[in-house]
Amino acid sequence: MAHFTKANSVGEWFDQRLATTKFMKVMMTEYWIPKDVNFLWAMGVVLAVTFKILIISGIFLMMYYKPDVNLAFDSVNYTIMQEVAYGWLFRHMHAVAASVVFLIIYIHMLTGIYYGSYKKGREMIWISGMLLFVTFSAAGFSGYMLPWGQMSYWAAMVITNLFGGVPLIGDALVVWIRGDFNVADATLTRFFMLHVFLLPIVIIGIIALHFYSLRVPHVNNQEGADIDFDAEAEKYLAGNKKDSKVIPFWPVFLSKDFAVLGVFLIFYFYLVFFHYGFAMDPINFDPADNMVTPPHIYPEWYFLWSYEVLRGFFFDIAGIKAFDLGLAAFGVANVIFFLLPFIDRDPEVLPAHRRPRFNIWFWILIVDLLVLTVYGKLPPTGVNAWVGFFASVTFLVLFIALPFVTKADAKARGAL
Amino acid sequence: MRELKVFAVVVIVTLITYWGVEPFAHSQMHPHVDAPDYSYSDVDGLKGIVGNAEAGAELVAANCTACHSIESQGFPKIMDNATAAASYGVVPPDLGSAGKLYDANYLAAFIKDPVTASKLAHVYTGEKAHPMPAYNWMSDEEIANIVAYLQSIAPAEMSNKEVFTNACSRCHGIKYADMMGGSMAAQTPKADIKAYMGKLPPDLSQYIKSRGENYLHEFINDPQKHLHGTAMPRVGLTKASEDQVVAYMTEVGDSKKAERNSTGLNVLAYLVIFAIFAWLWKAKIWREVH
Repeated sequence: MAHFTKANSVGEWFDQRLATTKFMKVMMTEYWIPKDVNFLWAMGVVLAVTFKILIISGIFLMMYYKPDVNLAFDSVNYTIMQEVAYGWLFRHMHAVAASVVFLIIYIHMLTGIYYGSYKKGREMIWISGMLLFVTFSAAGFSGYMLPWGQMSYWAAMVITNLFGGVPLIGDALVVWIRGDFNVADATLTRFFMLHVFLLPIVIIGIIALHFYSLRVPHVNNQEGADIDFDAEAEKYLAGNKKDSKVIPFWPVFLSKDFAVLGVFLIFYFYLVFFHYGFAMDPINFDPADNMVTPPHIYPEWYFLWSYEVLRGFFFDIAGIKAFDLGLAAFGVANVIFFLLPFIDRDPEVLPAHRRPRFNIWFWILIVDLLVLTVYGKLPPTGVNAWVGFFASVTFLVLFIALPFVTKADAKARGAL
Repeated sequence: MRELKVFAVVVIVTLITYWGVEPFAHSQMHPHVDAPDYSYSDVDGLKGIVGNAEAGAELVAANCTACHSIESQGFPKIMDNATAAASYGVVPPDLGSAGKLYDANYLAAFIKDPVTASKLAHVYTGEKAHPMPAYNWMSDEEIANIVAYLQSIAPAEMSNKEVFTNACSRCHGIKYADMMGGSMAAQTPKADIKAYMGKLPPDLSQYIKSRGENYLHEFINDPQKHLHGTAMPRVGLTKASEDQVVAYMTEVGDSKKAERNSTGLNVLAYLVIFAIFAWLWKAKIWREVH
């Protein structure tokens, strides 16, 4: 057993037992971040705060929500929205945060892609981040079912149906996921369990992994510069703060995060109070009715691009059914971002503006995602269907082209 | 400067996405319809005739009170709601407030020919008759007299709830208005109204949320514009009455609106102060490292 002397303060008492001073250094005051970063580097902290808002508002909602097909709609729209003191506030905060969190995730992801922050030792940061994207998507989808409105019901119907396309076991899989032949009470209660228990636990675990995966390769910077963190940290600690290329997480990096957070929270709470319709679809204020299909069924905005890839293939090609083609493309779309570190063949970490061909590739990707997102909501008829088809094909071609594009950049620079 | 440019790019891409999935997509999915016409210019109405209320009183007593109550004038209900619904298909309205709720021209046209005025020719094709017969055998003057009488007995002021109950509740429930007591269910029993309308008219508790104010005005004024072929009649509410109906639906369906708006301003004011202090602190800290 270690030798303990009498502590002179509460702080010291804890320090003896939990090494709090050392812990603060490792996690905060001597956790080094590059100085050459812009506000996009604050998105991690913005995401952490948004997730915290989701957890806290979700806990309050769970005190009154009833996961039963006969009670769910009124427990949300009457009990929580009208009877419980500030219940409406928690619901608005939860719904808007669930939507805005995806906006920030996309900004965070595209920042990583633009600055090449997914390779050369940073692969696990990227992969754990993509795992978070997938688990957040599952949480978003399962949560959307809970108010048991028309869109909850029909989105659940359409999405669970997709699993029917899995070869051999498809039909059985759909029944297994729903817990019934139809989307019904069993479906609601199991998605409730996923939404409030299993997925949050898994997400918290992956967040820990995501943070940890940053420790060894360190955070990237605006120019992709290779920084000797030990040497720069020594400079900083010696008092040469202006010359050092690094800053400590606390207080320097976080002070900037808080400033960005201040702006973000104004934006977020403006949406919560005055502009929440985009996150709470009007159609979902009609109670679920399995006899009436809404004229337009569409997912929330953050799923639209992949939904459009799914339905972009609207005609059979070479004897393969349109449904199967779409499902295969949808599968590729959801997996391909995981593979980004391995299909980028440029060995150097550089921002897109220093990789001319990749830069063009990046902006085409942005435009393509925009087109897919907008057309993912429109009725897939006439010219819309063809726009969706070509945008889906473009999406797939972009990723087939990526290894060649990145290799050409590296060759032109003389890096290969 | 570079940071501002990056910020501008993020904002622009976000706004394009928002524009595409919200205003643009909705404009594509919900075709534009003409603004509500509160003058009911298409109906065969009063034609400028000013009626005589006293003469109208006699006509109403002789022609209307066999089915309609006018409790304020001493004509009680003849049957309870369930029996009335079983007899007529739907509970007939009390006429005490009709002169206030409904546009005078529309009212005249409705008395003359309910099916045409309510735009339900596709429902009452001949096999099925409208529960109220057409009074097109009356002269225009007589109908003007009836309208004048109904206007003379109508109350000057009605609460939002009274307007809603009189204009909508015979077919529609709005259960959130009295979740525990259930007093705001539709007056016509469910089975009767379902048989009468072809399907159960929806509960309107959340319609202010699911349809929004604009749509509700366009729809109530002329249901066929948004939902071609619907069995819901055009009821001919005046603009003032329709405003009261929508106000009531807001009171019930969005009861925390006022609290939301005032809390919102306070929270935003607090956050602006927080953001200012956060930026000042950031500037102070970063002065040491730049």
